[in-house]
Amino acid sequence: MRLIRILRAAVARREISLIILIGVLLALVTMRAPMFLSGNNIQRIVNDTVILIMVSLGQLLVILTGGIDLSVGSIIAFSGMSASLINQAHPAIPAALILFIGVLVGTALGMVNGAVVAFGKVPPIITTLGTMSIFRGFTFVISKGQWVTAHEMSQSYMNLPHGDFLGLTNLIWWGVLVSVVMMYFSTYTRSGREVYAIGGNTTAARFVGVSERKIKFMIFTISGFLSGLAGVMWTARYAAAVNETATGFELQTVAACVIGGVSIAGGSGTVAGVILGGLFIGIINNALPVINLSPFYQMFIQGSIVLLAMLINTLADRRQEKMLLNRRRS
Amino acid sequence: MKPKEPILEIRGVNKFFPGIKALDGVHLTIRPGEVHALIGENGAGKSTLVKILTGVYFPTSGEILLDGAPIEFKDALDAQSAGIAAIHQEASMFPDLSVTENIFMGHHLIHPATKRIDWKGMKRHTRELLKRMELDISGDTLVKNLGVAQRHMVEIAKALSLDARVVIMDEPTSALTLREVEDLYKIVRQLKREGKAIIFISHKFDEIFEICDYFTVLRDGKYIGEGSVAHSSVDEIIRMMVGRSLDQLFPKSDSLLGEVVLSVHHLSQTGFFRDISFDLRKGEILGFFGLIGAGRSEVMRTIFGIDRASHGYIELKGEKVSITNPRSAMKQGIAFVPEDRQNQGIILQMSITRNITLPQIHDIAKASVLNNSTEKRIAKEAGEQMEIKAAGYHVDADTLSGGNQQKVVLAKWLATHPEILILDEPTKGIDVATKAAVHEFVSTMASRGLAVILVSSELPEVMGMSDRIIVMHEGRITAQFEAKDADTDEIMKAATGHEEEAV
Amino acid sequence: MASAKSPLMGSGRLIDENSFKERMIVLFTKWETLLALLFVLEIVVFSNITPYFLDYFNLMNASFTFMEKAVMALPMIFVIMSGDIDISIASIIALVSFAMGYAAEAGVDTAGLIMIGLSVGILAGMFNGFFITKLGMPAIAVTLATQSLFRGISQAVLEDHAYTTYPESFAYFGQGYVGDSLIPFELVLFLVLAVIMGFILHKTTYGRQLYAIGNSKSAARFAGIYVDRVRFINFALNGLFCGIAAILLTSRIGSTRPNIALNWDIETITLVVLGGVSIMGGRGTVPGVTVAIFLLGYLKFGMGLLNISAKIMIITTGVLLIIAVLLPNFLDLIKAKRKLRMQQVRQS
Repeated sequence: MRLIRILRAAVARREISLIILIGVLLALVTMRAPMFLSGNNIQRIVNDTVILIMVSLGQLLVILTGGIDLSVGSIIAFSGMSASLINQAHPAIPAALILFIGVLVGTALGMVNGAVVAFGKVPPIITTLGTMSIFRGFTFVISKGQWVTAHEMSQSYMNLPHGDFLGLTNLIWWGVLVSVVMMYFSTYTRSGREVYAIGGNTTAARFVGVSERKIKFMIFTISGFLSGLAGVMWTARYAAAVNETATGFELQTVAACVIGGVSIAGGSGTVAGVILGGLFIGIINNALPVINLSPFYQMFIQGSIVLLAMLINTLADRRQEKMLLNRRRS
Repeated sequence: MKPKEPILEIRGVNKFFPGIKALDGVHLTIRPGEVHALIGENGAGKSTLVKILTGVYFPTSGEILLDGAPIEFKDALDAQSAGIAAIHQEASMFPDLSVTENIFMGHHLIHPATKRIDWKGMKRHTRELLKRMELDISGDTLVKNLGVAQRHMVEIAKALSLDARVVIMDEPTSALTLREVEDLYKIVRQLKREGKAIIFISHKFDEIFEICDYFTVLRDGKYIGEGSVAHSSVDEIIRMMVGRSLDQLFPKSDSLLGEVVLSVHHLSQTGFFRDISFDLRKGEILGFFGLIGAGRSEVMRTIFGIDRASHGYIELKGEKVSITNPRSAMKQGIAFVPEDRQNQGIILQMSITRNITLPQIHDIAKASVLNNSTEKRIAKEAGEQMEIKAAGYHVDADTLSGGNQQKVVLAKWLATHPEILILDEPTKGIDVATKAAVHEFVSTMASRGLAVILVSSELPEVMGMSDRIIVMHEGRITAQFEAKDADTDEIMKAATGHEEEAV
Repeated sequence: MASAKSPLMGSGRLIDENSFKERMIVLFTKWETLLALLFVLEIVVFSNITPYFLDYFNLMNASFTFMEKAVMALPMIFVIMSGDIDISIASIIALVSFAMGYAAEAGVDTAGLIMIGLSVGILAGMFNGFFITKLGMPAIAVTLATQSLFRGISQAVLEDHAYTTYPESFAYFGQGYVGDSLIPFELVLFLVLAVIMGFILHKTTYGRQLYAIGNSKSAARFAGIYVDRVRFINFALNGLFCGIAAILLTSRIGSTRPNIALNWDIETITLVVLGGVSIMGGRGTVPGVTVAIFLLGYLKFGMGLLNISAKIMIITTGVLLIIAVLLPNFLDLIKAKRKLRMQQVRQS
């Protein structure tokens, strides 16, 4: 029947299966702890995950072109630290302006990545491996090894991610804004589509006039922008700017992408997928303490999930290929 | 009637690459409403010229004139906006994107008011385009789910969507059936009426005489001559192309055929080829002819162990064998010269010596340790047999010309002393002199007892070299001919699927 | 590059390859030579600034700080040369160290610990190798995941504690000296391993296969090389050497924590790339990487003597990594332009 065919095609789409998976996950956890599905808890989970989602959307663009950005954690740390230090030294400066400065810092760092990759032709993995150290090192330098704690931050700064507009926090609204913009960018702008082209077939893309340099520079800048935003929000939310902030965060962003169906080779993946992937990770992270699993298990579980997600991706691709071959010549 | 003013003119264009002069004083004049054939053998410089016209390469010197005024294309986009579009032989597409997007990449339609991509408009456009070309494909299909011929048609649609003034078609019919070729001619004639100019690159004389008005011949990167198709003959054009007449080209010596060394039974690979059966004798040159996508290379790769068969089996000298990887094929005495020389045949960043010894390193080494002098000796022997021209065998292979690179590949395999040699498009992309040398060499080896399979899309080559010809179409063998019985028309019919009876 | 034919005889080179000038240029633009010169420069500069640098005892002892990374760098050469990468190496050390600590607490003796260490290491390497070569998943992604997975095991069990019970004889590997000399066991072990790996890479069929695979997986396969088998062995070897490094490190610091060897993956890759191994595969030497190891190791030592903070070192490492790739790109551009100009001169 047609209905069954439509359903089957729908499930084949990664986004739909993710939604179902998330539903199943929520159901399982809620059975163990009924409090999990309360409105408050959901809001808390989303709040926790927005930062991951925003930075993962930046990572999405980089992965789409066949690269990877390992420096996001360091950019978060550096911009967060810069913003906090400025706030500490000049509490009179309005929080909004500090947010702006933090974002600017992140964008600048992203441009460094972009320049080295696009113009220096250094592979993204090496570039971001290097800048990962460089930016983190600079974080230590500007902080002189000290932390900025809640006592040294102004109230308005720490309030940046909070607030209550139509029942949602500022942070969540930022997340919504970023998601909408990214969705628009990736679907309705030429540059957005050209990102897919570069990752899908770089030579063909160049043939039709897509500027590899421009696109690669742009995506790293955007990734830096989002990481900068995340950095300010992070330090404001946890009311602390620490040198080790967001260490290892890059893996989580890649995980969100992989779970969301993004191909590591580049050329395919959606914004919606990444958002769902991020939510999936957020739910798991929050479910651990609830089902009495020690938080020390987090690293192991994350690594396993990413591996599993990639395995599923690979096997699904293989099956599709086989089906196609069977259909073609018979 | 006064000839119209040319849209595009190339005057005295030269193109250098490190170590190679690809184009030498080339001229080309393209007029509107004209189908202009660009003729030349493999390696004559046609694709380099096309890349210059489409802005991918810059000419080292010389002029390009658009509507009479000199112009320089900054990049591919620039050439495109000037109205020059090219349809390439190898589909250059984005596999994970839809047909619509593949057509519009680089020039997506935009809503003038909201500045956002007009998906509806593009989809509508695509639908019309596909209908105009009578293609039964949906614009939403992802390109990775299309077949080879379909991808080719999408390439053509892409060029049409650009509203180009000059459309360059590079071997556009190699993967099309007879009926699809007719459809292509219809489109070409329509474009002529609209005043567009078409540069038509093809090997096939029947097509050139069917659809083209004018021609220009290149040879060894040089401009040889031009003329009107109606006032020329095939012989004249061939003489311009190769500098010699046809029968001087193929020094095939008759050889005595021996026992059957290879016997293929009902070999199949789901999705690529089906029910392939044939025999190969000692001293025989067996030609495999067909269009691109016919499945010939896939059959050979399976015999060599790169890919696996889903059904069927192979016998070597009467004994059934199971070949699961290239090394076991090599041990059984099979050698394979692949079609893609630069990526599969040779390793450009390694020296000539090391390229030649690569398949044998385990045999050369004692307890896994390699010996420089032994390697050099083996390489020198094999290289001199093939007459490789290089400054020294220690140089990297990427400094060699295409022809010399192919000689290295041949030397490499001949040094393994095979009993069966499979050649897949061995003269693609090399100069005429080397081509003749390769043919002569293969003939000699065959007369000494080597069994050869020659896969080729150049009909003259297949007919001139082979003792027997097998024709494939869409994964099946459609005909077999003894060389003396071979008829060009029959072969072409079998290759394009018009031969109803299977062998 | 066009595959067009050349109407010229020979390779078309105008440059006289055998002239003294030309040979000097080739020698000096070799990466390894540059490294060697930098190393000499470094020794000269530091020994002039501080008398503590060129002290035999100090130099020997300083080597302790980077010998484990040195051991990790050796198999990484093979991995990167074949076109792969492995960023889980530091986590393999964490896992191996954890396994040994667990066993030590249970009373296993030194010989047993060594066995366990090496086995867990190889198994971890094979785990990576399986997903990458048998299932065909990209190396960067798989090792990014196992980076967390392996270390996560240690963290899940140890939480924020540590294993500190190790048998006395175990301390020899990381802290001992060879015989009566002042030469650390670690240093000797590394040099022996380096010679072995160097021999394999430069003189055996295995090494030749690595070069072939790194330059063209496809062509290597067509020449009869078992590409996936070689890659699998590379990852297994990686695991084994990480096991060795874990033994050395754990023995040296005498304890196991989940954050052992944190960030050492990046530092090791930096060493390898700095040593002249191209991340695209197919290029590199063991001597080059060895020089890079000592160059960087003693750079840190010298800077430490001058009281330059560790943070600067981290930044320097990152900068060096990028320059190491940027510079050859730049040089290649110049080389290609030179070739082109020479060709045109000859033709006109």
